[in-house]
Amino acid sequence: MPRERSRPGSDVAWALALAAVLAVVAVVFVARPFLRDPAPASDQLDELAPEARQRLALAEERDRALAALKELEFDHRTGKVSDVDYRAQVGPLRRRAAEALRALERGEQPGHERSPDHGQRVS
Amino acid sequence: MAALGRAALLLAFGLIAYALIAGSYAAWKRRRRLALSAQNALIAAFPATLVAAAVLFVALGRRDLTFAYVAQHTSHKLPLGYALSAFWGGQEGSLLLWLLILSGYAGLAVWLNRRSRDLVAWTVPVFALVASFFAFMLCFVSSPFNVAPAPADGAGMVPSLQNPYMLAHPPMLYLGYVGLTVPFAFAMGALLSGRTDERWIVATRRWTLAAWTFLGVGQLIGSHWAYVEIGWGGYYAWDPVENAALMPWLAATAFLHSVMIQEKRGMLKVWNMVLVALAFNLSLFGTFLTRSGVIDSIHSFSQSPIGGWFLGFLVLMVVLSVALIYWRLPLLRTKTRLESLVSREATFLYNNLLLVALCLTILWGVLYPVLSDAVRGETRSVSKPYYDFFLHTFGLPLLLLMGIGPLVAWRRASLRSLGKTFLIPFGFAVITGVVLLALGFGSSWPGLLTYTFSAFVVASIALEFVRGRAATGSVVRLIGRNRRRYGGYIVHAAVVLLAIGIAGSSAYQTVREQHLRPGQSIEAAGYTLTYRGSTDVRGANYTGFRALLSASGHGEHFNLDPGMNDYAIEGPSNEASIYHDPRSLGDVFTKAQLVKGNVIDLQVLVKPLVNLIWAAGFVFVLGALIAMWPDAVEQRRLAARYAAGAVPAGL
Repeated sequence: MPRERSRPGSDVAWALALAAVLAVVAVVFVARPFLRDPAPASDQLDELAPEARQRLALAEERDRALAALKELEFDHRTGKVSDVDYRAQVGPLRRRAAEALRALERGEQPGHERSPDHGQRVS
Repeated sequence: MAALGRAALLLAFGLIAYALIAGSYAAWKRRRRLALSAQNALIAAFPATLVAAAVLFVALGRRDLTFAYVAQHTSHKLPLGYALSAFWGGQEGSLLLWLLILSGYAGLAVWLNRRSRDLVAWTVPVFALVASFFAFMLCFVSSPFNVAPAPADGAGMVPSLQNPYMLAHPPMLYLGYVGLTVPFAFAMGALLSGRTDERWIVATRRWTLAAWTFLGVGQLIGSHWAYVEIGWGGYYAWDPVENAALMPWLAATAFLHSVMIQEKRGMLKVWNMVLVALAFNLSLFGTFLTRSGVIDSIHSFSQSPIGGWFLGFLVLMVVLSVALIYWRLPLLRTKTRLESLVSREATFLYNNLLLVALCLTILWGVLYPVLSDAVRGETRSVSKPYYDFFLHTFGLPLLLLMGIGPLVAWRRASLRSLGKTFLIPFGFAVITGVVLLALGFGSSWPGLLTYTFSAFVVASIALEFVRGRAATGSVVRLIGRNRRRYGGYIVHAAVVLLAIGIAGSSAYQTVREQHLRPGQSIEAAGYTLTYRGSTDVRGANYTGFRALLSASGHGEHFNLDPGMNDYAIEGPSNEASIYHDPRSLGDVFTKAQLVKGNVIDLQVLVKPLVNLIWAAGFVFVLGALIAMWPDAVEQRRLAARYAAGAVPAGL
């Protein structure tokens, strides 16, 4: 047998009260950025400047070249890449990595614009 | 209770609508605080949805039949576990589950990546757009909180759903379907913000893998449920709704491979966007198929009012995805080209073409009845031979590629290197094929090819581990140094087990059917099953019978008791009885119906190696977990890359 239910009126009352509390908490949470910082010096959303985009592209290129070098070394050690193939590929890859590193160093200027990814935990 | 559920859903809808409108405006006008506020609204939508979900769970647990949804899907005698599983057994509950998972995923993904402000600012409205559709449906079209005077008892649950697998199968699928929204939202956010670098890929890599794993495991659990519960002796029927789960999984599989080419070579940016959009839209399509009833399926609900809404939303998302990719084409084009057609990236590309081809042929098969009805006015559908043909055409080369890929180096490989690395796997595969042919496995060429190609893949993977171990000194160190690669190989091993299990249990299965009186026997593939008589059974909400069989064969003696249950409210249900033979890794699958008096109609299916399919699930999860496991070194490298705004980080 289904158990006896409480009165519908009281059910609705406490449900609405609970919903109201939930709504207030949600509104405060949503308004929090404005409550915490009512008069900010700048309300501008960070954006990657063209130079920062270029640096990021170079960093990705550098990482790709270094990863490719690592992969090539490993494949050579495991015998998947022959000595001849290894010698043919390692030079261009090292050059690519070196070029990306040099380009990054050239682009590193004092006071450069920080990335909006600053302090990012990578998930 | 229902009022609280409705209020919580309305609150969730309000928060999500705010996240969509304020978030879009903030991202467009570059307003920092407004963007953060929209982000908070999206995060807050999860607890609001959770309250609504809790209300429905409580109502289901209490069998509160004043909730129309509870009355439609449960009954007083339905066991508690199944009553709770009715949450995803009906349309409204399933929509609520979508929203619950989506709001949870969205809140977590956005919070974890909150410091990538420009990317997240545009990702929030994309998440909110998808979530707002589901919240709108739940609030205004298909609410689980409609109330009505309580009937004496509920309508109960379909008997086939009263199975422990139903506690896990739908949630797993939904975790996968909905999970594909995360890479989609970040990809579209990247396009909108113009950040077409790898940040969105880094942010969503594990999310995609997790969604793909859930989808894969969900399908496998569903197959096992179909196998043990539906009682037709198979595990996959190319049913439209089964296909609807397979298609996004195939698209996501293609993406997981092609994204590696983008990470390693900077290529295929457009293609990866297309695959992410395809996988997400196919997951929406899958939900649409299940909910709309537009195509006949054992899974789908009858024609429902939400079909049109779903179709409209699906069209909107497809158009938006295509328009965004087209708009950002100039940013996505890269100068890097494929260096050689014989390279690891080329094998990935071939794998992608085959996966997408298989996916699209399945899509065509699913849509064919609708299209034939629209064009010719008659509903025609494609059946097993159509799907089997394309599975063989695209699946067998895919299997072979799984063995070839690991043996080929990145960038390019010379014929000499290939000859050296291919020698052992190729030799092993040829010997396996010849031996199997001699043993009579040539009766099915697809089966023989599957076994032979599987031997090639196994040898290729084993060789990778042996050589890698020799180079690093230990398997643990080897895997630890490149978890994605070796986790991927373990997933490949799971696919091999799956392929062998499917080939064995379909190409080489034996089927026998006979009417039996007590004392009579039936023989199948070396097993003899003798019918001893029948007995009645009784459960909490059903009565039924079991045919008592004693069986022997291949040195094993065992008993089986197939039969039927007659559920008081829901009707009759087949109850198969299965013996798992530990030596052949196969099953003796039986089902029985009473014909007259004590005479039964007994069907026996002997399915060699079928248990490898289920074993593959465990290996699959192991491989996926290894691939997903965080790599501290890589984490630091990526964090440095993005934190320093691309300044060289200690290199």
